[in-house]
Amino acid sequence: MTTLTERPDVERAGSARRSNRFRSDRTTIYLLLLPSLLPILVLSVFPLLRGIYLGFTDARAGRNVEVSFTGLANYRELLGDELFWNSFKIGLLWAVGVTVLQFLLALGLALLLNQQLRFRGVARVLAVVPWAMPPVVVGILWKLVYHPDAGLINEFFHRIGADGLRTNWLGDFSTALPAVIIVGVWAGMPQTTVVLLAGLQGVGRELHEAAAVDGASTWHRFRHVTLPALAPVIVAITSLDFIWNFNSFGLVYVLTAGGPGGKTMLPMLFAYEEAFRYGNYGYAAALGNVMVVIIVALLAVYLRRRLREAN
Amino acid sequence: MFGKPSRTSRTLQYLALAGYLIFLGFPLVWLLSTAFKPPRELVRLHPTLIPDNPTLQNFVQAFTEQELGRAALNSLQVSLASAVLTVLVAMPASYALARFRSKLGTAALGWVLLSQLFPFVLLIIPIFLVLRQVGLANTHAGLVLIYVVWALPFALWMLQGFVRNIPRELEEAASVDGATRVQVLRRVVFPLLAPGLVATALFSFISAWNEFFFALVLIKTPDLATLPVALARFVGIEGTARLGPLAAGSLLATLPSLIFFAFMQRRLSSGSLAGAVKG
Repeated sequence: MTTLTERPDVERAGSARRSNRFRSDRTTIYLLLLPSLLPILVLSVFPLLRGIYLGFTDARAGRNVEVSFTGLANYRELLGDELFWNSFKIGLLWAVGVTVLQFLLALGLALLLNQQLRFRGVARVLAVVPWAMPPVVVGILWKLVYHPDAGLINEFFHRIGADGLRTNWLGDFSTALPAVIIVGVWAGMPQTTVVLLAGLQGVGRELHEAAAVDGASTWHRFRHVTLPALAPVIVAITSLDFIWNFNSFGLVYVLTAGGPGGKTMLPMLFAYEEAFRYGNYGYAAALGNVMVVIIVALLAVYLRRRLREAN
Repeated sequence: MFGKPSRTSRTLQYLALAGYLIFLGFPLVWLLSTAFKPPRELVRLHPTLIPDNPTLQNFVQAFTEQELGRAALNSLQVSLASAVLTVLVAMPASYALARFRSKLGTAALGWVLLSQLFPFVLLIIPIFLVLRQVGLANTHAGLVLIYVVWALPFALWMLQGFVRNIPRELEEAASVDGATRVQVLRRVVFPLLAPGLVATALFSFISAWNEFFFALVLIKTPDLATLPVALARFVGIEGTARLGPLAAGSLLATLPSLIFFAFMQRRLSSGSLAGAVKG
């Protein structure tokens, strides 16, 4: 938003002649904007509104199906749907787990990359590569790493003589969710690192030097100089990460497709199955609506607390 | 940076960095290694990190026998069409957004942020219904349309930033010299806008190339599947010996975005495009 409002439009204060010319240009402006706005309205704003509405209907797959408004019926059904609650719990565990781990690891890496260390260049490149990979490829990559017979991890445990630790990481009830969370962290860490690093580079050096002269320890300088300066960036990126993680689909679809036994059935996977396996469009849309409300509520709580801390 | 760190803290820092390098790098090494292993080494009881007899066989196999070749062509078509269309549509609009202040610019950006919030499942059903009505469901044209629309808000935002960087005086000088508005755009604005147009095209290309969910839902005919969908289907086929072609195909599917990231490196490290590619 800043880029749009920050720059005062100098030209605007120009002569009356110019402003007249601009007014006559109004038609031109709309003509220039039309090819962009029309598709956005038809294929993104309208579907979104319609999707929200579908959540209050009994829409189903198939041609010529009567769709009727059912009010809150879908939501009552959701409340009693054990599979939904299960998937919702997994979704929260996944989104919070990935976002928190991703943030902590990314902060550590960003702090390291901000130092004059050797191999920093290699680390910078490596830190961006997972970001450049399509989610499906990240899924495949980690399927190879977790593979029970031909996988890197099981082979590692064999080599160090810990054969007892070998397991079917993605197929075992107890390890599947932690395993996919690690993949989520690996895939999302680069972006967070880059953002935090950019934030770190904006932290004033003078403040650090002044604090060091006053005898503040490294930890103190980090806690009282770096963190407060970085706070807005941290809030922004963790909020976005949380939204992306909660809405994530492709990665886990490829890794486990929600299995084993629904242990990794994220809400998006659950909604996908409802909509396109069972054809319950209305129910799936209702689930989508619930997801939006939950995300907004959680973000509101989080942002409010951060704001209060800042004051 | 801040004073001289002690030797122990330096050692700890290098240990931490090594940990990160292992976590980030080893899965990539494993993908590379699997892609170059001959079938005999893939089914071996205890696989090695470095292939004993590296081979290119998997790459050949991936794109001849496995239907991945066709999918790659499909992806290429769809992504190229999306890139060209996005640029053509976004160019005039971004100029208008940058040169004439209006609430629409803020609205476009607001939409970029808001659209992140909504799970795709809310959109996909109505989009599917709309496309079916106009006969574009299960076609590449329908997919391209969706990709362009979804790349547009960010493309507009990015491109109007590039337009703003072109000094307005240049345009005014040209029009004083008697150039018409169209001539000004063609001779002055577009040439200077070239880097921005390339960036926009690349962004749109990569979004389309990597996209999975819409392609999975909207395309039903296997022959029309894009690369991510074909790769995901391929995963279902078990059998350790087939992991080689799968890894090879995955590597090739990553190439375009790797090139894009190399191209955008400097912008990325300054953080200005941090929100560009949704994770």
